Amino acid sequence: MNEKLRYKTVLIEEVAHWHSACSIDIFPEDGGLCIRYKELQIAVFNFSRRKEWYATQNLCPHKNQMILSRGMIGSEGDTPKVACPFHKNTFSLKNGENLNGNQCALATYPVKVENDIVFVGFAE
Amino acid sequence: MKKIVVIGNGMVGYKFCEKLRAKASNEEFEIIVYGEEPIPAYDRVHLSEYFLEQSEKKLLMAPKAWYAEQNITLKTGLLITDINRVDKYVITHKGHQESYDTLILATGSRPMVPPIKGVDKKGVFVYRTIEDLDQIIAYAKNIKHGTILGGGLLGLEAGKALLDLNLKAAVVEFAPKLMPRQLDDQGSEMLKRKIEALGIEILLSKNTAQLEGKNALAGLTFTDGTHLVTDMLVISCGIIARDELAEKAGLIKGSRGGFAVNDQLQTNDPNIFAIGEAASYQGMIYGLVAPGYDMAEVVANQLIENREKVFSGADMSTKLKLIGVDVGSFGDALGLTEGSIPIAFEDRNTGIYKRINISSDRKKLLGGVLVGDASDYSMLLQICQNNMALPPNPEDLILGARGSGAGANAMTDLPDNAQICSCEDVSKGTLVDAIKKDGVTDLKELRTCTKAGTGCGACSPMVADIFAATLKSMGQTVRKTICFHFDYTRQELYSLIKVKEIKTYNDLLNSHGTGDGCETCKPLVASLLASIWNDQILKQAAIQDTNDRFLANIQKGGSYSVVPRIPGGEITPDKLIAIGSVAKKYDLYTKITGGQRIDLFGAKINDLPKIWRELIDAGFESGHAYGKSLRTVKSCVGSTWCRYGLHDSVSYAIEIESRYKGLRSPHKLKGGVSGCRRECAEARGKDFGLIATEIGYNLYVCGNGGTNPQHAQLLAGDVDEKTAIKYLDRFLMFYIRTAEPLNRTAVWLNKLEGGIDYLKEVVVNDSLEIGEELEKDMQALIATYHCEWKEAINNEKMMQNFQHFANDTKDDPSLKFEPMREMKKPVNWTS
Repeated sequence: MNEKLRYKTVLIEEVAHWHSACSIDIFPEDGGLCIRYKELQIAVFNFSRRKEWYATQNLCPHKNQMILSRGMIGSEGDTPKVACPFHKNTFSLKNGENLNGNQCALATYPVKVENDIVFVGFAE
Repeated sequence: MKKIVVIGNGMVGYKFCEKLRAKASNEEFEIIVYGEEPIPAYDRVHLSEYFLEQSEKKLLMAPKAWYAEQNITLKTGLLITDINRVDKYVITHKGHQESYDTLILATGSRPMVPPIKGVDKKGVFVYRTIEDLDQIIAYAKNIKHGTILGGGLLGLEAGKALLDLNLKAAVVEFAPKLMPRQLDDQGSEMLKRKIEALGIEILLSKNTAQLEGKNALAGLTFTDGTHLVTDMLVISCGIIARDELAEKAGLIKGSRGGFAVNDQLQTNDPNIFAIGEAASYQGMIYGLVAPGYDMAEVVANQLIENREKVFSGADMSTKLKLIGVDVGSFGDALGLTEGSIPIAFEDRNTGIYKRINISSDRKKLLGGVLVGDASDYSMLLQICQNNMALPPNPEDLILGARGSGAGANAMTDLPDNAQICSCEDVSKGTLVDAIKKDGVTDLKELRTCTKAGTGCGACSPMVADIFAATLKSMGQTVRKTICFHFDYTRQELYSLIKVKEIKTYNDLLNSHGTGDGCETCKPLVASLLASIWNDQILKQAAIQDTNDRFLANIQKGGSYSVVPRIPGGEITPDKLIAIGSVAKKYDLYTKITGGQRIDLFGAKINDLPKIWRELIDAGFESGHAYGKSLRTVKSCVGSTWCRYGLHDSVSYAIEIESRYKGLRSPHKLKGGVSGCRRECAEARGKDFGLIATEIGYNLYVCGNGGTNPQHAQLLAGDVDEKTAIKYLDRFLMFYIRTAEPLNRTAVWLNKLEGGIDYLKEVVVNDSLEIGEELEKDMQALIATYHCEWKEAINNEKMMQNFQHFANDTKDDPSLKFEPMREMKKPVNWTS
């Protein structure tokens, strides 16, 4: 199966299962980590400057590399974004859209934090 | 509403649609496009890229959805076979009729296939469409040798494609030289040399008599009796206009084929226009895309009743990168104008050939040829096309001004009607107006609103120069600020951080920036903080570039490579064994680097700390290969062993490398020390280099290899070791303070007003009286050196992120390797 096809955006109202991923204190400030859920690799970002959390596929669609969790995050205008370490393609953390080119958009997933535990929402 | 039918959905047909839609509303024109190929228009100029990455999508001029958005009906896979000019309709090969008010013939061309005996054999292809390429790729899988027939522009591109398919490639040309229409003999010879060096065999003056082989091709026989073994032949001998519709419809053809057109690009039927390679203007077929776009513009204007702009022929000047070799040819390239005087420069050492032809009165530039270095192309083309006056020493145009200052105002001297972007036909005046009248203040915005530089991109540097020159003429200086988040230059930030004693990125962003930062300003500030305070970089891990963040170099597939420091390239047998053991234990691919070190590739992220621990135990330290910092100081063998050596270059190199190890700078830093003038350490190709003389060392600075090689220049001659180090301290700190982001020392020096003479004043004569301060700053950095690997492995919190999954100790399952020459390599990436 093509890796890209595994990843589909999950909207908050579609969440069927909140997966308990890990504790918040292992996250770097303004940085990300990769978590595993079934066959999926999800990049979770702790945007501490904005007090926001985001999750996207870990797969960069440009060269199909499992890498985005190691990417640098920041903002373009008011849009929070992540830059792929390989070729600096940038993607909106809000809707996954590629901000500086014509790459496919990333799938995004809802995140919530309860009792210092990070949960990522999946539809199945 | 007028109904426009376009026959042909190639690059020019597409451009016509785009231009017409931009000029007139959907209500004025209905547009229907017929394309013969199954997919919408794609970029044929970059066809060879398809061999690397077989993606049609990347080549498309616009996706199918674009046509719908623009209200254009696109019908692909349909060939038009007839035109009825009386009742104004066309007929497809399936028999459907489509009426028109205006018909645009953009049928393009097909490859010319010479009538050689045996061209119908299996293994013979042409090079024109994606379908052709698919067939070539499929056929190449089971063969070894591929040959291109035709050594023109397209043929050489195709030659590169064969290399990419792992074939042994040859190019056969009938003429005695490559690119006979664009290059003179010497230029062609230089190009041949460079292409041969890449492994492509070039056969010139070869007339192919017949193709050998039973069913499948096995070889070529030439009229001189010689023979070439090949399994495949790709024919690229020029084009023939697709004018099959002309005869039946009673349209007049040009002398060399193509629909004959007037300067409004009308055929003999005023309701039918022809553009691109299908059009014959004054008997000439233009096989380049820029004239085709120009024609599209003229016809789009005709249709909206703007009859001012007509087609008056096109310049066949061209600049391209052929198999990695820059080639440019412009104006009267071959010097055919009567009385023209050639000025040529040939450097077989670096593989550069430049020639310009000036008029007999020595006042105008007629044309020229550039091979190996085409960076002057845009400037020369402008001077040529705008009949600008030549400088007093015309050779300066290709050799560069060997005094100072001249040539700098080339942009302000250009007339307003000078065409800057030929793809989108944008003049200098349009750019200047956008800045002066419309108040554009941002380069990106200038590109968006004028479209300049959005086609092939070749004019981008000129657009940037015009932008800077225009703002300057308005009394505004162009401050090279970092990014949206910081309205400061790098040098200003350096001072701010130092004076206000700012220690973290967030403090700086809160006090002097805006927004949440980005991938430009974060690593830049991280570098500044390290250059000023030299604190542990992993305390602010998330602002470091990915290599710095993991203290190793990321490679394809997401594994890392590890480089321990080997000062001066000297290493004991025990240490060699230690590196070997580590590499074996963690299954690493090992390679000697250009800087006399050993690189260990393919480390999994969770193995990195273990690898470092073992290397540190064996007496190694981090080599900082991951950072914008001092890499190596390369040395030759020196006077201890070498019979020519004057001084002990190895000991000196070790001393210097140990002194500056860990130093963070705007870009990477490399050094070299040679023990005599034979210069085996290649010190003049480094940011700083020392070459032994009878009485001391000559100190050279600001050289580099890389994209634009540049020799280091003499900063001080015959100095002793201690003095050389004092100057180096000052030089390096001055560079760290003042350079723009990611500028290496060579680029920095090129921009430094006053150049090397000024630098000598500052460093050697201490004209700014900052010598002592620079030395003190450097001393502070040297005193706070730490091995970043050692600090990282001793810090539990930092170690937490050295695993792929935060919620699983497993390795990344997508990390895959395959064997290669008894070691391993990552599987190639895909898209």
